[in-house]
Amino acid sequence: MTLAPETTDLKVQIRLDSPEGAWFTVCDLSRLLPGRGVAALLPDGRQVALFRDRGGRLYGIDNRDPFGGAAVLSRGLTGTHRGRPFVASPLLKQRFDLESGQCLDDESVRVTAYQVRST
Amino acid sequence: MTATPGATPTIVLVGHGMVGQRFLEALGERGLTATHRVVVLCEEPRPAYDRVALTSYFSGRTPEELSMTDTEFIEAHGIELYVGDPAETIDRAARKVTARSGQVFEYDTLVLATGSYPFVPPVPGKDAEGCFVYRTIEDLLAIEAYAKAKAQVGAVVGGGLLGLEAAGALKGLGLTSHIVEFAPRLMPVQVDEGGGAALLRTIEDMGLTVHTGVGTQEIVVDEAGAVTGMKLSDGSELATDLVVFSAGVRPRDQLARDCGLTVGERGGITVDEQCRTVSDPHVFAIGECALAADGRVYGLVAPGYEQAETAAAAIAADETDQPTFTGADLSTKLKLLGVDVASFGDAHGTTEDCLDVVYSDSRAGLYKKLVIGRDGTLLGGILVGDADAYGTLRALTGSVPPVSPESLVLPAGAGSGAQLGPSALPDEAIICSCHNVSKGTIRGAVTGHSCTTVPEVKKCTKAGTGCGSCVKVLGQLVTAELEASGVEVDKGLCGCFSQTREELYEIVLALRISTYQDLLDRYGREDARGGDGCEVCKPAVGSVIASLAPSIGVSGYVLDDEQAALQDSNDHFLANLQKNGSYSVVPRIPGGEITPEGLIVIGEIARDFGLYTKITGGQRIDMFGARVEQLPLIWTRLVDAGFESGHAYGKALRTVKSCVGQTWCRYGVQDSVRMAIDLELRYRGLRSPHKLKSAVSGCARECAEAQSKDFGVIATSNGWNLYVGGNGGATPRHADLLAQDLSDAELVRLIDRFLMFYIRTADRLERTSTWLERIPGGLDHVRDVVVEDSLGICEELESLMADHVAHYADEWATTISDPEKLARFVSFVNAPDTPDPVVGFVPERDQIKPDLPLLTIGHRPLEGSAQR
Ligand code: SRM
Ligand SMILES: Cc1cc2nc3c(=O)[nH]c(=O)nc-3n(C[C@H](O)[C@H](O)[C@H](O)COP(=O)(O)OP(=O)(O)OC[C@H]3O[C@@H](n4cnc5c(N)ncnc54)[C@H](O)[C@@H]3O)c2cc1C
Ligand code: SF4
Ligand code: FES
Repeated sequence: MTLAPETTDLKVQIRLDSPEGAWFTVCDLSRLLPGRGVAALLPDGRQVALFRDRGGRLYGIDNRDPFGGAAVLSRGLTGTHRGRPFVASPLLKQRFDLESGQCLDDESVRVTAYQVRST
Repeated sequence: MTATPGATPTIVLVGHGMVGQRFLEALGERGLTATHRVVVLCEEPRPAYDRVALTSYFSGRTPEELSMTDTEFIEAHGIELYVGDPAETIDRAARKVTARSGQVFEYDTLVLATGSYPFVPPVPGKDAEGCFVYRTIEDLLAIEAYAKAKAQVGAVVGGGLLGLEAAGALKGLGLTSHIVEFAPRLMPVQVDEGGGAALLRTIEDMGLTVHTGVGTQEIVVDEAGAVTGMKLSDGSELATDLVVFSAGVRPRDQLARDCGLTVGERGGITVDEQCRTVSDPHVFAIGECALAADGRVYGLVAPGYEQAETAAAAIAADETDQPTFTGADLSTKLKLLGVDVASFGDAHGTTEDCLDVVYSDSRAGLYKKLVIGRDGTLLGGILVGDADAYGTLRALTGSVPPVSPESLVLPAGAGSGAQLGPSALPDEAIICSCHNVSKGTIRGAVTGHSCTTVPEVKKCTKAGTGCGSCVKVLGQLVTAELEASGVEVDKGLCGCFSQTREELYEIVLALRISTYQDLLDRYGREDARGGDGCEVCKPAVGSVIASLAPSIGVSGYVLDDEQAALQDSNDHFLANLQKNGSYSVVPRIPGGEITPEGLIVIGEIARDFGLYTKITGGQRIDMFGARVEQLPLIWTRLVDAGFESGHAYGKALRTVKSCVGQTWCRYGVQDSVRMAIDLELRYRGLRSPHKLKSAVSGCARECAEAQSKDFGVIATSNGWNLYVGGNGGATPRHADLLAQDLSDAELVRLIDRFLMFYIRTADRLERTSTWLERIPGGLDHVRDVVVEDSLGICEELESLMADHVAHYADEWATTISDPEKLARFVSFVNAPDTPDPVVGFVPERDQIKPDLPLLTIGHRPLEGSAQR
């Protein structure tokens, strides 16, 4: 696995209740492969799908696929559509905007988006 | 026994051939089957079948597949069909038909569709053992049996369209084949001298011997009365074990003669423009037995279909839609022995003052002639060697082409050669002459009925469902129409790449591009460069890179580096995601062969992890319900026991099914299990545009269903037959025979080439079946490339496969020995030991099944939306 050495010890953090909530540390940045997600468990039992794009930017949305019900959004493929990052659900392939959690195939569906940073 | 009609009027159809069947369909479409009793007397032992495609029996089409009707149709229309029971006499005064079985049917309307019989010249010895005609499925079965049992050499009398088909079939049966034609050239009816010369050259190059300008004088027989040779009119004798007479056909009008109906001087039941016999208003005649109002007997199916419609309309007495039959187009296109021959319109230039425009290259076996009228109207033509333009030219006949005639016959590369597309055709132009469908109707199907694909248009208009010669033009028209109506037919892979998968494959191979990012940034669409791509092109490019890995110098392990991010979710976890977020596990069971120990290991693992087990449709065992963190533990045990990944998750080789074969089965002629195992082990792990499936059967009984596979192998007593392009699934397709009687080594070499050629040129998610239907030239082209090496790429294809085979490694074994990769197999990155609580199960039939969380999440209830 190729890793830029300077990122090795950085940590990924999720803001618990935006915008003022505490930052919750999840894992080393090195665990996030560009273009691939991981799931994190929050203290209250919620699940967050975390992603990192090729430019190094981090994103977090709720892990649960609102269409299929399984907690699998972290296992979808990511991409860029009109300059915006998205993940496609591995179940039935609906796309979700990674910054807002908006479903791009159905206006009425949106999943929670989280603030994510590395420190 | 007498069947008396009740109050409902009765239609009796004599002859259930192609035209008879079409007539029944026309009755149905006009609602006549509901208001009439319909009786059909069918002489042959089976209902109507596709006689035009008869020869395809020798390339593997079964009689069942040739059938043109089914019990559903017959039953739905309440038709009384008497198979194997011909009409013997007609009593016109009493309006009764007596069948051979003795049944008597009274009719209100009688329709004769008795077709024709092959003409056998009255030469001595013509009835000897080993003499055949070529008309019915029974004829073919008899020829096949005789050829296999006792013939090395075969001769066909007659070098017309059917004679050439028959000679091709004999050659296919492994006989040394001769064609004896009385006229000075082959296909005298369709082609002129120049065309005949081009045809002759090509046919001879294929190893058939042609004798033109000579007649058959006598069939020579041995003491037992079996054929040994033929005496020809030039005094020579031709040694042959089998003779097929194909010297033309004659209308079957005896039944009509016997009951006093008027027949023509040279045969054929005389009818008027409604196809009603001139002698009796209650009797019609259609198809090859009829002498049409224009004084001709038509020996082709399209005019017969038109007559069937005409007669049905006349019987319906439909005032608003009363077609007449006054003559038809005699265009034909034949593709046989790999030569295209087509003639259309006034092919021989019999119109007064007409001119010929000819292009001829006898070295390449090409001959093209157009017949042009004084005013520039295209009257007809002949194409030999390259009939691509047939569909367009035939439809243009009768109009002045929009470009000069010379440019229409010159080959594409030569100077001013113009490729005239179907968009140049007027709306009235008939595109499908089998079903009389005009360009306007096809366009209407696209614009009015929103058909967007050729299969949809076929279904909607019937175009292309006859002889198939118009399908190419049909495809061009559909694309042109979609483009014209603003639907952008962007052939690019996705929003990120304007290239097709095939083009990307060539770029990756030629430039040895080893990463997706590099490819995207250099060759992606302008606005996609520098971005993250999308879920469509990532796995497609990932698959191309994986297929070519050893040859372009990258790791063949799909979870290495950037490749991991490209894989579809299933490939990323080397398992199949199920609806509740759990996974299924499918170990490879090559050829379906498994030891009791292997079964026990799988049983123990499934028991220990509480998995649901099921025998799959692919002859192996699937274990469902594994949580992501259990996958490495399960696989550690499987790998220890010698199992490998079955790639059930990948666009890769799935299974090579087998039947038990020669080792156990009393019918088996080869060891199908061993071959299946060899093939599965050779191609395992091969990433391809879509999944690949295969099967090997030990004899023609085909218990392994090889003809429904991407590549299927069937044992013969001489080796193996290779079938390609089969498919189950939603659009099943029977595989085509690619090559016969191959040795083990020849078989493997051909499959190597076939698979690599497919991988190279197919679109994303295109199974071999759709690929074979799509690529220009279809099966013939693929055969040219992989059997004849017409592109000179076979060596490269073989070496790419050799690279794959040499570098194969089981990806689960690699994964469990790499702790860093294993760390990905967790439900939560920050709680590796916690299972995902959403994954739940409930019991069913002593096993488990997913417990779907039917909660309201976010904004909408889950039920209902999950169906999207
Ligand atoms: C497990 C199995 C059903 C079973 O319990 O028997 C199965 C299960 C699935 N099939 Fe299948 N197919 C299975 C045999 C078949 C067969 C029978 C065969 O192979 O002889 C066919 C018809 C033959 C064929 O493919 O031509 C078949 C035709 C399909 C198709 C339609 C393909 C097509 O070309 O039309 C799909 C959809 C697709 O691939 O796009 C499909 C897709 C699937 C998927 C991948 C659907 C999905 O995305 O969840 C299923 C995943 C299985 C899993 O999670 O493990 N499955 N599927 C069979 C696994 C066989 C194996 O050992 O690998
Ligand atoms: C090998 C081959 C290739 C061909 N290729 C082409 C081609 O490429 N293009 C093309 O246009 N045409 C082609 N033809 C010709 C085409 O098949 C015929 O034009 C078409 O089948 C005519 O249909 P039909 O119904 O009139 O006759 P048929 O299909 O011959 O049907 C007549 C039926 O009537 C039955 N019958 C006869 N007498 C009686 C009776 N007394 N009682 C009951 N049943 C009776 C016969 O057994 C037969 O089944 C080909 C023919 C052959 C043999
Ligand atoms: S295909 Fe032939 S050899 Fe194989 S099991 Fe069936 S009958 Fe036996
Ligand atoms: S011309 Fe025969 S199917 Fe269209």
